Amino acid sequence: MSDTSGTQPVRALLPVTGPRPKGVWARLMRRKLALFGLGLIVAVVAGAILAPWLTPYDPNEQRFEGLTLTGAPLPPNADFLLGTDLLGRDLLTRILYGARTSLIIGVVANGIALVIGTVIGVTAGYFRGFYGAVLMRFTDLMMAFPALLLAICLAAIFQPSLWIVAMVIAIVNWVQTARVLYTETTSLAEREFIAAEKTLGAGHARILIRHILPHLVPTIIVWGTLGISTTVLLEATLSFLGIGVQPPTPSWGNIIFENQTYFQAAPWLVFFPGAAILILALSFNLLGDALRDVLDPTQRGRD
Amino acid sequence: MAAYLIRRLMVSVLILLGVSFITFFLLYALPADPVRQIAGRSATAQTVENIRQQLGLDQPLLVQYWRYLTGLVQGDLGRSYLQRTEVGTLIAARLPASLLLMAGAIGCELVLGLTMGVIAALRRGTATDQTLMIASFVGVSAPQFVVGLLLLYVFAVQLGWFPIGGYGTWAHLVLPSVTLGIMGSGWYSRMMRSSMVDVLRADYIRTARAKGLARRRVILRHALPNAILPVIAMIGIDIGIFMGGIVVVESVFGWPGIGQLAWQAIQRVDIPIIMGVTLVSACAIVIGNLLADLVTPLIDPRIKLR
Repeated sequence: MSDTSGTQPVRALLPVTGPRPKGVWARLMRRKLALFGLGLIVAVVAGAILAPWLTPYDPNEQRFEGLTLTGAPLPPNADFLLGTDLLGRDLLTRILYGARTSLIIGVVANGIALVIGTVIGVTAGYFRGFYGAVLMRFTDLMMAFPALLLAICLAAIFQPSLWIVAMVIAIVNWVQTARVLYTETTSLAEREFIAAEKTLGAGHARILIRHILPHLVPTIIVWGTLGISTTVLLEATLSFLGIGVQPPTPSWGNIIFENQTYFQAAPWLVFFPGAAILILALSFNLLGDALRDVLDPTQRGRD
Repeated sequence: MAAYLIRRLMVSVLILLGVSFITFFLLYALPADPVRQIAGRSATAQTVENIRQQLGLDQPLLVQYWRYLTGLVQGDLGRSYLQRTEVGTLIAARLPASLLLMAGAIGCELVLGLTMGVIAALRRGTATDQTLMIASFVGVSAPQFVVGLLLLYVFAVQLGWFPIGGYGTWAHLVLPSVTLGIMGSGWYSRMMRSSMVDVLRADYIRTARAKGLARRRVILRHALPNAILPVIAMIGIDIGIFMGGIVVVESVFGWPGIGQLAWQAIQRVDIPIIMGVTLVSACAIVIGNLLADLVTPLIDPRIKLR
C-alpha cells in the first residue's frame, strides 16, 4: 500500500469527474451476479466442510432401507432427500462429500496450473530471447494437444488418485495463463519504470517480484477464478469416464459414472450431481467474469 | 503473406512433430503392456516374446519412434494392435461421422449463440439482456456429459422425439450436436453481444441513423455484418475445443466417430490408434488456429500478419 501515497498528488491534479472510484471490493459487491456466484461458492464450501453435521449418513454406508425390496434405488423422499444410489447409499450425503473432492481438486490443480503458467509466462515474457522463444514454442505445442485426450492418456498412465488427477489437470491447464501473462509481461518489461529500475542496478529477481508481478496480480486473480471452473468441469469429465477420482471416494463425476447405466429409471442419480457440477462451475465463472470487469480498467464502463 | 504462410506451416509441422514425440513417449510409459493385451491371458512366455518381436516392441524406444516417423511421412499411421487394420483406414472410416457432428455443433453454436448475442445487445441493460447472459454462463458451465444425458432423458426417453443413440438419420444428429455445441453457444453469445455493442456505438451507425435509415435496416445491413465477422473468426479455435468434447459426446450417444475410436483404444491400450487420433486431432487444432489467424486480417485490415 506504500504506492498509494505516491500516486495521491497526481490524482489531485486530475479534474474530478463524478464520484471517486471506489475500491475493488465495493465495486464487486455492486454486481448482483458476482454476489450470487460468491454466495453459491460459500454455500458449496460450507456444505463440504459441514457435511458430517448436515447429514446423518456416512457417504459409503450401504443402507438396507436405501433400496426397494427388488433392489432398486429410491427416488427422493423424506428419509433420503435426494434419493439413494444403486448401492443404497444416500445421494445427498455423497454429493456433500463429493463437494470436498471437487473443491480440493479445483483449488490444488488450479493452484499448480497457475504457478506453472505464471512462472513460464512471466519469465518468458521478461527474458525473451532464446529462453523465451523455447518456452513459448513449448506453450504452442501444448495448445495443439487435444487437452482431454492428453488428460485421459496421463490419467491412464498413472493410477488415478485424487492428487494424480489434480496433477494431470494442472499439466493440461496452465497453458492459457502462461499465454496471457506472457503478453502482459512483454509490454510491462518495456515500460520506463522497469528501465529505471535496471539503471538503478536492481537484479532480475527483484524486478520480477517487486515490480512485474504486482502488476499481474489482477490478471492472475481473474484467470485463477475462471480456471477453477474449468478444473471442476475437467475433473468431473475424467471421473465420469471412470479415469478420474476412483470410487468409493465420492466425486460428482464418478457418482454419475457409477449410476449412468440406470439413469433412465433413476434420472435423479444424474440430475442432482450434474446440477452440483453446474452450480459450482457457474459460480466461479460468474465471479471471475465480474472480477475481470472490475479489475481490468480497459473493460470499465462497457456494461 | 506467402512468407507468413510458409513460416506458419513450418512451425505447424514442428509443433506436430513435438506432439507426436511427446505422445509416443507418454504412451510407451503406460504401465499396461500392449503385448499382454494382444496375446491374451493364457499365452506362453514364448508367444508373448514372438508378438513383441513381430511388432518391433523389443527395439529401443528411439528406434521405434524413428520407424513410426518414417512411416508417418509416407502417410502410414501403423496398424492397430488388436484389429490388425491400418490405423489410417480406421480413422478415415470414422472421421466423416465426427466431422458431421462438429458441423452440427457449429450450426448450433451459430444459430443459438449469435441470436442470443444480437438480442442481448439490442436490449442492452434490460431484463432480457440479463437473462440471456445468465443463460450463456449456464451454457459455458454445463458439463457436456450431463447435458447429453439430460437431453437424452427428456427428448429421447420421455418425449420420444429423437432416437436414444446411434447414427444414420438427421434425427440422430440433433441431440449430439446440441450437446457438443452448447458450450460454444455460450461463448459465441457473449462475444457477439460485446461485438454488437461496440459496433452500435460506432460513428457510421450514428450516420446511418442520422440520414434517416430505418432501425431495422441499420441493424441488419450496417451493424450485423460488421459485428458478426470477428465472431466467425473464432470457428477455427472451436475445432480444438471440439476435439476434447467429441470423446465424451460420442461415448454418451454411441456416435461412431474418432472420439469413440480413441476412447475404446485407450481402454484396450491399442497404442497405434491412440497415436493416430491424437495426431489427427492436433492437426485439426493447428489448422483451425491457422485459419483463425488467416481470416483475421481479411476481416479487419488494420491487423497485419507478421
